[in-house]
Amino acid sequence: MNKTFISFLLALLLTACASGVKLNEVPVVDKKASSVSNGSSGSGMSDISASSSSSSQQVQQPTSTVEPVNSLGNENTSAGPANVDKVVYFDYDSFTVKPEFQATIEAHAQFLKSNARAKLSLEGHTDERGGREYNLALGQKRADAVRQSLSLLGVNAAQIETVSFGEEKPAAQGSEESAFSKNRRAEFFYNK
Amino acid sequence: MTRFAFALTALWGLLFGVVNVAHAEFKVEISGVGITQIPIGISEFKGGDLAPQRITQIIAADLDRSGQFKTSKPGMVIDENTRPDFVAVKSKNIDGLLTGSVTRLADGRFDIRYRLWDTVRNQDLGGQSFVAFTPDLRLVAHRIADQVYEKMTGDKGIFSTRITYITKHANRHMLWVSDADGENAQAALTSPEPIISPSWSPNGNELAYVSFEARKPVVYVHDVSTGKRRVLANFRGSNSAPAWSPDGKTLAVTLTKEGGSQIFIIDAKGGEARRITQSSGIDTEPVFTPDGSAIYFVSDRGGSPQIYRIPSSGGPVQRVTFTGNYNISPTLSADGKWLAYISRNGASFKLQLMDLATDKVTTLTETNHDEKPSFAPNGKLILYATQVQGKETLMTTTLDGKINAKLSGQTSTIREPHWGPFLKP
Repeated sequence: MNKTFISFLLALLLTACASGVKLNEVPVVDKKASSVSNGSSGSGMSDISASSSSSSQQVQQPTSTVEPVNSLGNENTSAGPANVDKVVYFDYDSFTVKPEFQATIEAHAQFLKSNARAKLSLEGHTDERGGREYNLALGQKRADAVRQSLSLLGVNAAQIETVSFGEEKPAAQGSEESAFSKNRRAEFFYNK
Repeated sequence: MTRFAFALTALWGLLFGVVNVAHAEFKVEISGVGITQIPIGISEFKGGDLAPQRITQIIAADLDRSGQFKTSKPGMVIDENTRPDFVAVKSKNIDGLLTGSVTRLADGRFDIRYRLWDTVRNQDLGGQSFVAFTPDLRLVAHRIADQVYEKMTGDKGIFSTRITYITKHANRHMLWVSDADGENAQAALTSPEPIISPSWSPNGNELAYVSFEARKPVVYVHDVSTGKRRVLANFRGSNSAPAWSPDGKTLAVTLTKEGGSQIFIIDAKGGEARRITQSSGIDTEPVFTPDGSAIYFVSDRGGSPQIYRIPSSGGPVQRVTFTGNYNISPTLSADGKWLAYISRNGASFKLQLMDLATDKVTTLTETNHDEKPSFAPNGKLILYATQVQGKETLMTTTLDGKINAKLSGQTSTIREPHWGPFLKP
């Protein structure tokens, strides 16, 4: 191989970039006989620069950038009946509205019936134990249980949307029962 | 290359210890020793110091994490054009030897070349050249690891695939996309409200997830390269648990719009939702079988959460799990042969693997807070969230549970991982 040919090959190598080349698909060159030898005494080597179809694989991330997004926050404003608790608590693994919260529920029912345009979101929550998606479904059951209590008191179902936050919005931090019992709850949120 | 399957060192199978593979840039903590590990030498690449990333360290960490390899440093610099001294290599007790070089090009790019040698038969197993700018050097290393893995095991490598996960720091919830080793993380979404259940589309371009930013769970689909996102499901009540069909045209989601948590199918472009399950209790966490014909899901219809299976057009339901009283978060391997899920036993939540041909179940982990498993696209590893010494972490395990690796990269709380598909090179 003369120097012009080598230069030609190098030019090819540097300009091509579209497709990959497998080194073992190019002709085998005995390094001892090759003018592009780097001094290796090995034989049976394939040689990258000896391939006339040589090109290197241009590597780039398929999605080289991930475009960051900032979502908007939302304000925690809630109207509703004055001086009435806006949360009821549940026992472990339970969806039963306990009798001690009946007065709270009746006060909300009264408010919703006398304010037909009021819209209530009942937000169910769980403690941190268990899977996140399954807890989301469990929290939904708690919100639905409170809705059922309100319906029995004559509240129009169209005024209520039940949603769940699962274990995602704990009221108390910690991994002991004192925190868990505060987190197993349904909250009343009135949309203004 | 089945000959490598026999190339295990019996000694390693007898030992069961903890191996810490420490590297200068990052640390891969790997515990356990597999019984069929291929011993491979990773020589220093000629000119390897030129690149800002230690290519050979990334390759070695990838191969170690797979559980299929036992990497070592033969202590020599060998480029891809040099035939190794096989007599000297014999003493290293390795079945393969990776050689290569790094060259800096005039335009600032790097040319990384490798060649793999079968040091049992003294054969050239081929190599390749990659040209890349600095930000893509990690990907080059992962691509080389993929090719080494495939040449020596016969299975496709997964090191150049990507994962997604969620972190929470104070009140910042972030959705991330990173390399399969947890490195090179890029933020896709930052929100003051929680994000859960990110799920890769089959083409690897989009993520579906649940965000609470609208003060209720709403399912979004998010194009990660443009940052454009759309609301997929925002029906009355809760919207959650998105799972893509294998063709990417539809998603299964859990909706409460008709009362209770039930599974619906919705077009990937949005629109009306078609109900699939019919129960008075909880049906959630759907996942399609690889052929799209059925959906595995969690239901409490029998009194406790168990995994069931239903045709994806609806129809008769078949119970899948029978052991224990809390089995959730099903996920399937791409060949449809394995079901991984989480089982509660007392206060422990542990990753389980069921062989769907025999229904045989094995527990894969020593940890007690396992969550959200997903398979690598080649089905050889499972990614999951757990807690180690009270700290949230992401880990991978081999299907025999013998090799567990902790992914690094994030220091805050980290959870909700999902392993993405193979990407086109």
